[in-house]
Amino acid sequence: MTSSGLVTDELQPSPEPAPPPQVSRLAAIATVVSAVATAGAIYEGTLVRSYNDNSAFSSIAAVVIVLSSALAWWPCLRAIRAIGARASLAKDEKVVEARRLAARGREDAQIAIGYAAAGLVVVGLLQFVFGNDGAVASTFFDWNPIGKAFGDSLKAFWTNIWVACVAEVGVLVLGLVVAIMRLLPGRAGAPLRLIAVLYCDIFRAIPAIVLIYIIVFGTPLAIPSAANWPGALLGAISLTITYTAYVAEVYRAGLQSIHPSQSAAARSLGLSYSLTLRTVLVPQAVRRVIPPLLNDFIGLQKDTALLSIAAVAEVFLTTTFFQNTYFKISPVVLAAIFFIVITIPQARFVDYLIDRDAARRAGK
Amino acid sequence: MSFLEIDDVHKAYGHHEVLKGVSLNVERHEVVCLIGASGSGKSTLLRCVNALEEIQGGAIRIDGDTVTGAGVDLNVLRRDVGIVFQSYNLFPHMSVLENIMLAPTRVGGMAKKAARERTMTLLESVGMQDKAKAYPDMLSGGQQQRVAIVRALAMQPRVMLLDEITAALDPELVGDVLEIVRELAHGGLTMLLATHEMGFAKEVASQVCFLDNGSILERGSAQQIFEDPKEPRTQQFLSRVVKSGRL
Repeated sequence: MTSSGLVTDELQPSPEPAPPPQVSRLAAIATVVSAVATAGAIYEGTLVRSYNDNSAFSSIAAVVIVLSSALAWWPCLRAIRAIGARASLAKDEKVVEARRLAARGREDAQIAIGYAAAGLVVVGLLQFVFGNDGAVASTFFDWNPIGKAFGDSLKAFWTNIWVACVAEVGVLVLGLVVAIMRLLPGRAGAPLRLIAVLYCDIFRAIPAIVLIYIIVFGTPLAIPSAANWPGALLGAISLTITYTAYVAEVYRAGLQSIHPSQSAAARSLGLSYSLTLRTVLVPQAVRRVIPPLLNDFIGLQKDTALLSIAAVAEVFLTTTFFQNTYFKISPVVLAAIFFIVITIPQARFVDYLIDRDAARRAGK
Repeated sequence: MSFLEIDDVHKAYGHHEVLKGVSLNVERHEVVCLIGASGSGKSTLLRCVNALEEIQGGAIRIDGDTVTGAGVDLNVLRRDVGIVFQSYNLFPHMSVLENIMLAPTRVGGMAKKAARERTMTLLESVGMQDKAKAYPDMLSGGQQQRVAIVRALAMQPRVMLLDEITAALDPELVGDVLEIVRELAHGGLTMLLATHEMGFAKEVASQVCFLDNGSILERGSAQQIFEDPKEPRTQQFLSRVVKSGRL
């Protein structure tokens, strides 16, 4: 029964119901993984307790660890129940119901595997920290030296923040200048284009730590009065130089991502090249590159710790002094914690901006 | 001497020749329609007239001034020649008002207040005065295209180039936009338009040119081209247009 050559029974055969998928294998995997995770959690719970001399707090922590590993069992049991139900439905030739139930059972098994796998990761971390008689815990997370180092380290951390802020302002402006230089059109722009290309090539190639060394120790030799400048300022200058090269590339990508029709529309209205750049291209490009820009800024903030090689009293250098005093590396972990604390809000902010941008493009 | 003279214009992208010697004269207050298949060179010709594309041979003159070649102040030329694009090309980060006021204030040296007043008058005449503060993404295609026409008109161009301005619109929105173009034509604005709206071309054009493969194959009055085309290629094109229900 075909009315057209485009549609035939041969090409589009009438459908036959597919058999319900198997649940048992996935459910078995879920059971095994859940069991391993729970066993691991129980073992780690005892380790945590014994490391903390069976204190009440550590007992609670151990119970929480074990209980959270049990989260995987609820979907796992549902998946196991689905095996029998599927078989009996299939026997009654209720194919559609059996298929639906089997699909749900498979999903339950997958959920259980997901939870249990996450539990295994946590077990692994706990084993790393508390295994070997708690060597890692006592070396890295000894709260006593951390408490002693806290005040001075926090003060030193302000230097990192100051350097990061100064460098970021410089990078924001200079990066755009270099990006625009690199995109200048015509023969007149050729020499500036070349300089911009060389700048990006050279300063992306030089490791930040090497450049800091050269600038902080070299500038006072070249400009004697610079010997009186604070090391943090020279450090900020060298980070600005390095990160300008990165950020210029980000800006350039942003400018090139603006469709040429925008430029055509602006030029067709009689706007000059520079006016088009200022009023049409740069405002749109900047909006687009804010997420990758913040990404580079997070990198810059972390690299402020490199100023320690130039004897700037920033947080890493300060915490290593405490490390040498107490023979524990825990104060340096404190520096790591400081960086985490300022970075996570920024990372979430970038996520928020990306989501907002996506939502706006979707017309919401 | 005609108002707009396109004289043996050649344009190539690398080795690919897009315009192979196009000549066309447009008189003041005349409306000329360019028809032809996609890729025949209609859009490229329009983009050459306001120098968005560089030409490799020939010349374009407006009111006797040569506007092609070295040493031409393109920004001055473009003030006289407005263009409206198929994809509107409004600036998404500016409101309707800002889109329209940008060129008159930043290029035309108009005071902000005067520019705003004129913009509002223009918006009113296309029925868009209540959308002055809206952003392009919030508007329908037809509304965006009306704003784009007003944006081009705000510079008071002496020639308007319309590049398939209804091709991306929903059928029911085409009418509003064409109504504005009709009004401009009756108002005596010189226009050169590339279009697939044959019915509209028939109605407003004083001259219709059929472009094929980078040159004007046939030209004449709308009646002559649509009722009695001479060239076999023109006949084939028009019969296909009729078959697709476009004429």
